[in-house]
Amino acid sequence: MSASDVLRINGVTKRFGALVANDDISLTLQAGEVLALLGENGAGKSTLMSILFGHYTADAGHIQVFGQTLAPGNPKAALRAGIGMVHQHFTLADNLSVLDNVMMGTQPLWLPFSRRGAARARLLKVSRRFGLPVQPDALIGSLSVGERQRVEILKALYRGARILILDEPTAVLTPQESEALFATLSQMVAQGLSIIFISHKLPEVLRVSQRVAVLRGGKLVAEARAADTTQAQLALWMVGHAVAAPTRRPAGRIGDAVCVLDHVDTAGSGHDRLHEVTLTLRAGEIVAVAGVSGNGQVALAEVLSGTRRATAGTVQLMGRALPPSPARLVPRGVARIPEDRHAVGVVGDLPVWENAVSERLRSPAFSRWSPLGRWVRRAAARAHALRVEKAFDVRGAGLDAPARALSGGNMQKLILGRALMAPPSAHGRSETPRLIVAHQPTWGLDIGAVAYVQQQLIAARDAGAAVLVISDDLDEVLALGDRVAVMHGGRLGEPRPAAAWTREAIGLAMAGTHSP
Amino acid sequence: MRLERRQQTSRAAMVVAPLGAIAFTLAISALLVLWAGAPVGRTYALLLQGGFGSVFAWSETLTRAIPLILTGLAATVAFKARLFNIGAEGQLYAGALAAVAVGGMHDGSGLALSPWLLFPLMMAAAALAGALMLLGPALMKSRLGVDEVVTTLLFNFIVLLAVSALLDGPMKDPTAMGWPQSVALQGDLELGKLVAQTRVHTGLLWAVALAAIVWVIFRYTVLGFDIRAVGANAGAAAFAGVPVTRTVVTVALLSGALAGLAGAIEVAGRTSYVTLDMSPGYGYTGIVIAMLAGLHPLGVVAAGVFVAGVLVGADAMSRAVGVPTYIADVIVATSLIAVLVATLLAQYRVRRA
Repeated sequence: MSASDVLRINGVTKRFGALVANDDISLTLQAGEVLALLGENGAGKSTLMSILFGHYTADAGHIQVFGQTLAPGNPKAALRAGIGMVHQHFTLADNLSVLDNVMMGTQPLWLPFSRRGAARARLLKVSRRFGLPVQPDALIGSLSVGERQRVEILKALYRGARILILDEPTAVLTPQESEALFATLSQMVAQGLSIIFISHKLPEVLRVSQRVAVLRGGKLVAEARAADTTQAQLALWMVGHAVAAPTRRPAGRIGDAVCVLDHVDTAGSGHDRLHEVTLTLRAGEIVAVAGVSGNGQVALAEVLSGTRRATAGTVQLMGRALPPSPARLVPRGVARIPEDRHAVGVVGDLPVWENAVSERLRSPAFSRWSPLGRWVRRAAARAHALRVEKAFDVRGAGLDAPARALSGGNMQKLILGRALMAPPSAHGRSETPRLIVAHQPTWGLDIGAVAYVQQQLIAARDAGAAVLVISDDLDEVLALGDRVAVMHGGRLGEPRPAAAWTREAIGLAMAGTHSP
Repeated sequence: MRLERRQQTSRAAMVVAPLGAIAFTLAISALLVLWAGAPVGRTYALLLQGGFGSVFAWSETLTRAIPLILTGLAATVAFKARLFNIGAEGQLYAGALAAVAVGGMHDGSGLALSPWLLFPLMMAAAALAGALMLLGPALMKSRLGVDEVVTTLLFNFIVLLAVSALLDGPMKDPTAMGWPQSVALQGDLELGKLVAQTRVHTGLLWAVALAAIVWVIFRYTVLGFDIRAVGANAGAAAFAGVPVTRTVVTVALLSGALAGLAGAIEVAGRTSYVTLDMSPGYGYTGIVIAMLAGLHPLGVVAAGVFVAGVLVGADAMSRAVGVPTYIADVIVATSLIAVLVATLLAQYRVRRA
């Protein structure tokens, strides 16, 4: 430790029941430094930051900011001490101006007049000092995601933050916007700010930080200067063992068109809609769709999942119109992996076994007619759920526990198993799905689960399914896509072979700028 | 000290929670009994005796429990799918009125049909009347997003005023010396007594059988899954292929039918005709019972008997020690709050910070 330490975390431990989320973590942050906090989901990054910000109270240990011990469990004390946090999901009001958003909560309630003039001057001063250009009167709703993030950062700086915590700040940005953010960060540390940069993306961690601290299973497993380490070393620390990235094997024999979208429009708010989307998905091929979230990906996934109707154009599955209802679409061989596994993928309060068969409960395999309506064939349904649990390695809860007790990775395996494993059929029909629609299939999963999910999708492709992967994660798009297309403003670009794209070209297309 | 959510609720907590809730309820109510100037021990003893202390007490408690179980089931079915039907009171009256319309002694005789035909017809009419009462609010909820709490609640007043108008008009019994009451039911259609010399009627069997049927539907049928899935997470249910609107409408019809049957069974088993005071808020008390039972259909039977016992016992106690019968309402209401808080707390554990 040295005199220039602005933040000292001393032996912080936090338990949740039997789980030790933070185990005796000690860290320091120096003035004018970017410290990257690296770790998989569940490694304890968020818990540590929540303790720092006063949302949780540590079971042991304490925190010093600028030499003063921080009162535990008090977010206001953290703010006063000069800690600012920029969350991954912004906390801005769309219908208010930039200035209003920045001022919100900074003024006493009973002031006779709002001091807008002074606030505007101060905002502009902060903006100039840190090189973050901003229009105080622009409505948040009219700003791009990158600009909104800038407002979030300004909001923290306006309140006098000298230590800034950025939680996965690049998750919502295009590659070019990320570059702009990194430039801003270096200007901010040059002005004496200190930054904690939370991420699980190795290249950008090395790119942006001076030091890297790696958390795994609640413990601080390594600390290194960014200049002295490598991506491979960081990955090893983060996971604890070497992980082979799923190697992308090129598609084998590409078959007939399975699903054809022809000039499809949908209703929807903002950019969450489709404009004349045309796309052909073929058997044995993965088409990956890249894009900044909120550019129509939700609409595309929902149309193909049967939960949103096309208002114009046609969607065909195996030469017939795609039925706009999940109950009729699943029996025709469409496997769907929704974006939000908690809110849409499973019914968290219902047991694992019911969730494992919920899509096919109406099929004769799992229910039959009775005087009280369709009667569930409980034994058959539970047997199938058990097969899904075994085949897809769903661990941690058992068939009768509520699905919300599953970890994110296991919940995703359950959803994957439910979608990909058809029940045993008496007619000997094809058991593999024809079309797989996977929206953010690995979002928020740890590296092991990511590899598992991606391998399953590749295996399904090799078994002859047409696969559509929609992802905000460019690495995933490039890892999985045989062909890659980019969405922007509800329009889908022409899918081109993955090899024909560069990251820069995808980034430009994501931003809506057409590459030559 | 702070609370942390448990991963899974422990069995011990599930047993301790309701017992603690009952103890808390009795303690709070004791303060009011003291305030009324009565001895606590004697008051509670009388209340218990009046509700459950003799064959007569049991018979009165069970008689009172019949409509409460049925309205409790109506609330259970609806609430399970997050359709907040507050209109069981109105649906009960609609059912009672429909029962008399079909099975009443109009012009001194009524419909000349065999009771074997007329009785099912009467019950079906009552169920249909109750179901139709809830159809509108359910459709408005699922199509237009109109809050069903408001619509079903307001329907109660409309129905009660309509009943009042009908009892003073076309449905009025001309032989009732000017009292606003409907014509009586045909004698053949009245429910038999379960125990001689008491008022307990075979409606109790109907109530228990319907509770069992609802339980079977919840647990063993696709509709039951649909109801539970829609109630727990409508978005995920829709994604999995559950027809959400159809489920909500089905639930509305079932819930309204159960409340309508409560009205018909009250008329056929106890009152013989419809009056404006035939239900002292059974529809609303049904909500309390459903919540007390944790929306479990078989629990509704137990909760219905418990609440009925407290209400009946309070009448007897009030006559003896002069504590107002309102103490029963306080006990029922406090026990509901205590049970809700206790089940919530059972999901957490206390940790020293």
